[in-house]
Amino acid sequence: MPTKTVINAAGRSVPLEINGQPVVPYKGVGKHKPEGRKYSPPIPTCSDYPEDGNKVVNSLEEALRKCGIGDGMTISTHHHLRDGDLVSNKVFELASAMGVKDLIWFPSASFPCNDPVINYLDNGTINRIEGSMNGPLGRYVSEGRMKGTAVLRSHGGRVQAIQDGEVRIDIAVLAAPTADSFGNAKGTGGTSACGVLGYAKADYMYASKVVVVTDNLVDLPCVPMEIEGNYVDYVVVVDKIGIPEKIVSGTTQITKSPDRLLIAELTASFLEKSGILKDGVTIQAGAGGTSLAIAVFVHEILKNKRWKSKFGFGGSTKYMVKMLEEGQMGFILDAQAFDLDSVKSIENNPNHVPYPVFNAYNYHSKGNLTSLMDIMILGATEVDLNFNGNVVTHSDGYLLHGIGGWQNCLHARNVILPIPLFRDRIPVIVDEVTTLCGPGELIDVIITERGIAINPLRQDLIESVKGSGLPIKTIKELKDEAEKICGIPEKPQFEDEIVAAVKWVDGTVIDVVRKIKVR
Amino acid sequence: MKKSVAIAGNSGPKVRSDCEIVLEIGSGGGIIIELISKVKVLYGESIKNLVAEIFDFFGIKHAVVKINDSGALPFVIAARLESAVKQLIKTDLDYLPGFLKENSYSTTRDRFRFSRLYLPGNTPGLMINAGLHSADGIILDLEDSVAPEKKDEARILVRNALRQINFCGAERMVRINQGERGLEDLHFVIPHNVNLVLLPKCESSEYIKQVENEIEGIKSKLNLKDHVFLMPIIESALGIENSFEIARGSENIVAVAIGLEDYTADLGVSRTAEGKESFYARTRLVVAAKAAGIQPIDSVFSDVTDMEALKQNVLVSKSLGFEGMGCIHPRQIPIIKQGFAPDGNEIEKSKKIILAFEAAKLKGLGVVALGSKMIDPPVVARAQKIIDLAVRLDLLSSDWMNEIPPVEK
Repeated sequence: MPTKTVINAAGRSVPLEINGQPVVPYKGVGKHKPEGRKYSPPIPTCSDYPEDGNKVVNSLEEALRKCGIGDGMTISTHHHLRDGDLVSNKVFELASAMGVKDLIWFPSASFPCNDPVINYLDNGTINRIEGSMNGPLGRYVSEGRMKGTAVLRSHGGRVQAIQDGEVRIDIAVLAAPTADSFGNAKGTGGTSACGVLGYAKADYMYASKVVVVTDNLVDLPCVPMEIEGNYVDYVVVVDKIGIPEKIVSGTTQITKSPDRLLIAELTASFLEKSGILKDGVTIQAGAGGTSLAIAVFVHEILKNKRWKSKFGFGGSTKYMVKMLEEGQMGFILDAQAFDLDSVKSIENNPNHVPYPVFNAYNYHSKGNLTSLMDIMILGATEVDLNFNGNVVTHSDGYLLHGIGGWQNCLHARNVILPIPLFRDRIPVIVDEVTTLCGPGELIDVIITERGIAINPLRQDLIESVKGSGLPIKTIKELKDEAEKICGIPEKPQFEDEIVAAVKWVDGTVIDVVRKIKVR
Repeated sequence: MKKSVAIAGNSGPKVRSDCEIVLEIGSGGGIIIELISKVKVLYGESIKNLVAEIFDFFGIKHAVVKINDSGALPFVIAARLESAVKQLIKTDLDYLPGFLKENSYSTTRDRFRFSRLYLPGNTPGLMINAGLHSADGIILDLEDSVAPEKKDEARILVRNALRQINFCGAERMVRINQGERGLEDLHFVIPHNVNLVLLPKCESSEYIKQVENEIEGIKSKLNLKDHVFLMPIIESALGIENSFEIARGSENIVAVAIGLEDYTADLGVSRTAEGKESFYARTRLVVAAKAAGIQPIDSVFSDVTDMEALKQNVLVSKSLGFEGMGCIHPRQIPIIKQGFAPDGNEIEKSKKIILAFEAAKLKGLGVVALGSKMIDPPVVARAQKIIDLAVRLDLLSSDWMNEIPPVEK
C-alpha cells in the first residue's frame, strides 16, 4: 500500500507513517516542541536483585533469556568499540539461534565490523536498523532489501527518541571495557579500553533491561561509574569484547594529501582573519585527517598569539590533548576518545572530562552545549546552492554514512565545512542535495581548495573577511568551477519505495531515502 | 606480429582519477563499450559519449573497449583511449581537448624560479590541483618518473594536461627525455604553450643546439611566437666540468639545475645530508651560472616528511648562491619560497647600508661607514640586490626610502 506523503517545511516529500507508527513532518529549526512527560522505563524493585550485589550470569545467552528476549523487541548497543566491536553481532547470532524474529536493532552507530548482521536481516532475525548504515549495510538498505524501513537519527536525536518514547528499548546490551559484578562500568582499563562510554547513558537509564558485557571484571566498586550499576540487570563476563587495535587507532594521523592540507591551512587562515579564532575561543573538530590538520594549524596560531581556548569538545584526539597539555586549551569535554593519547589523557588529566552526548546533544536538554561552540568543523558528502547539507547518502544515491553528531553540531555559532570541491570526479556542491540532513540556514561557511563560500545569511562573516586576501567566492561560482573541471553530473534514479527516514534533531522527519533504481 | 589488443592507463585499488583502457579494434559488430566506474551513475553516459566521439574522430567503426575507471576526468579518458588507438592503427590525427584560455600566458627570463613542482607525467591524480599550491613553476615530467613502457602514453597525457589543467600562473614546464626520444617529446608539448623545457643529464652544449633547432622548427611550422626557455640539468661529472659551456649554450637558457642523485652515483659516492661530496659540484655550477648570467637551481630534497631538514637544506643552498630548488611535494613549496626570499634581518641590514651610502654620497664623502664598519662598493651592490629582490617579492615597498620616518633618516 503506498504511504501518504506530505511536503514538509524543508520542501521535501515525507510520509506521515513509518514502520506503522505515525511521524511528524519537519516544521523548521526549533519549531517542534513536544509536551507532556518523558517516557519512563518499567519500575524495578531492588529486593528482586541479589542481596550480595553479584549480578554476574554465565553467558550472554543466559542474560538475553533472563531479559525475556522475544519477537519484535528493540535491542540497543553502543559503538564505543567502533570497528573492533565483538558484542553487537554476537547478540544477533544468539537471537538467531534462539529463533527470535523481527528484532529492531537500535545502535548508536554501526561500523564495517557489523556487516555480518546482514545475515540476520536476511533470515528475519532483524526487521530493521534504526541507526547509522555504513558501507555494505547502506548498500543493502538502499537496494530495498531490508524488511522494515531504516530510521536515521543523530546522536542527540537518538536520545530525544528514547526520551519521547518513540523508541522503547527492551534490552540494552552494553559492552564495557571495565565493570564490577554490580554492573558499575567505565570505558577505561582492561585490554579493550575505549576511553569513555558517553553514548550508553540514555540506553541504560531508559531500557527495560540492561546487560553489561565486559572482559575486565574488577572488584566493586568500579570507579568512576560511567554506567551506574543501579540501572543494570545482568553482568556477563566474556573473553574479549573487542579487538583493541580496531577500537582506538593507536594514533590518529593528520592528512598527507596536499589538497586536504591546503584546505586545512585555508580554514585556519579563515578562522584567524574572520576573528572567529580569538582568546577564549571554544572549539570542536572531528578526527578526520583534515580536521586534525586544522587542529594543528589552529594550535600554532593560538601559541603564536598567546591565546587560550576556554574548552574544546571531543571526540578527542592527540592533537587536542596536545593543546590541553601545552596550555592552549583549558578543558576537554569529551564524548569519545579517538586515539590512545586521548584515552590516556582522560585517565590522567583532571581537566579532560567525560561529557556524554546525553547532555551535549540532546534536544530535550535544558540548554545546548553545541550552541556555545565558536568553531565547529564538520564534513558533508554534498552541499547545495542553499547551503543545505547531506551526510548520509552519496551523490549516486546510496546510503553510506550515519548522521553521527552532525545535525546536533549545526547549532554552533560558526559551522564550517572544509571539504574538497570534488572527490575524484564527483562534485560536492550540487543544485539540490540528494538527501537533506541539515538545513542551509545553519551552515555558515564552505571551505574548499579552490575557494571559500560564506552563507549570505552571515553578512557579518562576509564583512569580516573583506580585504583579507582570502579566496572568497559565491557557492554558485564554486559549483560552476567544479562542473567546468568534472562535467555536469547526471542524477541518480530512484523508485518510489522509501527505504530510510532521516529524522531531524527534534524527531520530525526532514527527508527520506528512496530505493535506488538499478540501471 | 601486429598487435591486436591495446592497453593504456592505470587501474588498481590505489589508483585515483585515472582509467585503464583495453581496446580491441575489429572488422564488424560496431562499437561495444564496457564501463566499470565508481562514477557510473553520475557520468556513465558522458563517458560513453566521449568514447563514441573519439572513435568517430579516428574513423573507427568496430571496436570492443573495456574501461576500468576510477574517476578520470574527460581529458584523461581521452588521452588513454587515444594512446590505445595509436598502438593499433597508424594515424596522424591528434584528438585535442580544448585549450584553457587561463593557460595562454608567457613568462620572462628573469622571473623567480625558487620553487618548481615535479609531477610524474603519467599520474593524472597529482596534476589536477597542482596549480593551487603556488609553485613558481610546475614540471610535467616525461623522464625518470615515468616507467619505460608508459613513456608513449605519458606524452599524450601530458599534452592533454597542458591544454586542460589550470596552471594558475605557474611557469609551464616539461622535462623531456634524453636523446632522440627527448627530441620527439618536443612535438607533443611545444605546440601547447610550454614556457620552459628541462633537459636532463646534460653533458655538452651540442644537445642543447639540437633541442633548440627542433623547437624552432616546431615553432616556425605552427607560427608560434612565445619564448620557450631552457633549463639544462647537470647530473654527471662530465656535465659539471662542462657547466659553463652548457650555461652559455643558448640565449634561451635561463637557468641551470643540478641533479645530485645521479651526480653522486656517477662519482660512486653516497649522497649525504651534509653534502660534502657535492660541495665542489654545487659551487662550480653556481659560479658557471652566475658567469653566464642565469639562475643556478639546486637539486630536490627527497625526504618529504622532514620539513625542518628541508629548511636547513634551503639555507645552505641559498648561502652557496643558488636561486631555487626543485620540489617533489607541494608542502615543500612554501618552505623553499620562504627560504630563498630575503629574511627580515637581511632586508633591515641592507636598508641601513643603502641609506648610509646615500647619505655619504649626499655629503660628497668617498668613504661610507656604518657604525664602526667601513662599507665597500661590493657590499653596497649586494645590499641593493637584496633590496631589489625584497621589492619584487612584495616584502618591501618600492618607495621604502620615502616611507621611513624622517628621524631615522
